[in-house]
Amino acid sequence: MFAERAAELVRGLHRAADGHLPAFHDDGLRQVLEEMKALYEQNQADVNEAKSGRSDLIRTIKFRHCSLLRNRRCVVAYLYDRLLRIRALRWEYGSVLPNDLRFHMSAEETEWFNQYKKSLATYMRSLGGEEGLDLTQDMKPPKSLYIEVRCLKDHGEFEIDDGTTILLKKNSQHFLPRWKCEQLIRQGVLEHVLS
Amino acid sequence: MAEGPELRERDSDGSSEELVLTPAQLIRSLEQAWLNEKFAPELLESKSEIVECVMEQLDHMESNLKRAKHGDLKVSIHRMEIERIRYVLSSYLRCRLVKIEKFFPHILEKEKSRVEGEPSILSPEEFAFAKEYMANTETYLKNVALKHMPPNLQKVDLLRLVPKPNLDSFVFLRVQERQENILVEPETDEQREYVIDLEEGSQHLIRYKTIAPLVASGAVQLI
Repeated sequence: MFAERAAELVRGLHRAADGHLPAFHDDGLRQVLEEMKALYEQNQADVNEAKSGRSDLIRTIKFRHCSLLRNRRCVVAYLYDRLLRIRALRWEYGSVLPNDLRFHMSAEETEWFNQYKKSLATYMRSLGGEEGLDLTQDMKPPKSLYIEVRCLKDHGEFEIDDGTTILLKKNSQHFLPRWKCEQLIRQGVLEHVLS
Repeated sequence: MAEGPELRERDSDGSSEELVLTPAQLIRSLEQAWLNEKFAPELLESKSEIVECVMEQLDHMESNLKRAKHGDLKVSIHRMEIERIRYVLSSYLRCRLVKIEKFFPHILEKEKSRVEGEPSILSPEEFAFAKEYMANTETYLKNVALKHMPPNLQKVDLLRLVPKPNLDSFVFLRVQERQENILVEPETDEQREYVIDLEEGSQHLIRYKTIAPLVASGAVQLI
């Protein structure tokens, strides 16, 4: 009853495996905030009573205050942990998130994500040179210059450095420069073939 | 690769001293900064000059490659080198960003109480990023939850909520410059003080807090 729903919010998120982002629990949050309001109002009433002599209420007041603090702690933990998972999505998927993930985010979370993207882009651009340095590339140490990739879906034409264009048709295989493929591999368009 | 980029170092009396590093030395500095940053539990001093020079170096190498003969074997080797340097630089900067995001209230607090003349742990751009990250997160928490809570609970102290880096964690290091009388354990009622000398070239596993200043000065290298 006391802070039970708040703890359930946190547990539910903890159960979601491996940084996966479940849908935002609107209802759960609302219920916790309502409970906090109720607890606070009960305490307000009791504090007034206690001031006019009823000191036996002090223990209940303290207990409700502890519940309020626990509720707040759970709520902030839930929200903050979700932000960390959303942050990881920018690094995993890039600027544009897959639809099913977008639906799991609340409007405010989407706003946070957009702000984060902007901040990150500004920072990366400032790193010098013409366009800065895209830190979301080169995530692994380079092992070889060219890699064998298989195309998983139709992606149309793709231009590589010396001007030639490659047609990325589903199931076609190509031997391409590694640095050009990184983004497409992460997006699931290409697959690195390890022979 | 022609002349090396210039790395300016500030002298102790504030005047600027030009130190010209060869490209090889520059990359060596980058690798050292990278390893230190990877293994240190806290955010280390910003090395903007190294970052700038490496970016210049990469640009230089890229434009050389564009002019080279197509199909020349050297092109592949140089391209590989560019890739590897870019990986180290990206990894270094990413590592810093991760720490900035993880410890943002403490880092911003440290920067706020920094004395004039003391080197900053954040580059100006990282500082802007950290401030934006903090503002973004604070605004989000306030709008979604805190402003709907009872009035006496609406303020949260992020300095207390967000964990601090664990400076007691153990790190591996190699000694670059001999150090004497490093205090490992202070004297207490139960034990005498435990003091060691660090011989050049030796390797140790030691608590980070004990040797943090030596990492900053370059006397030891984290491995």
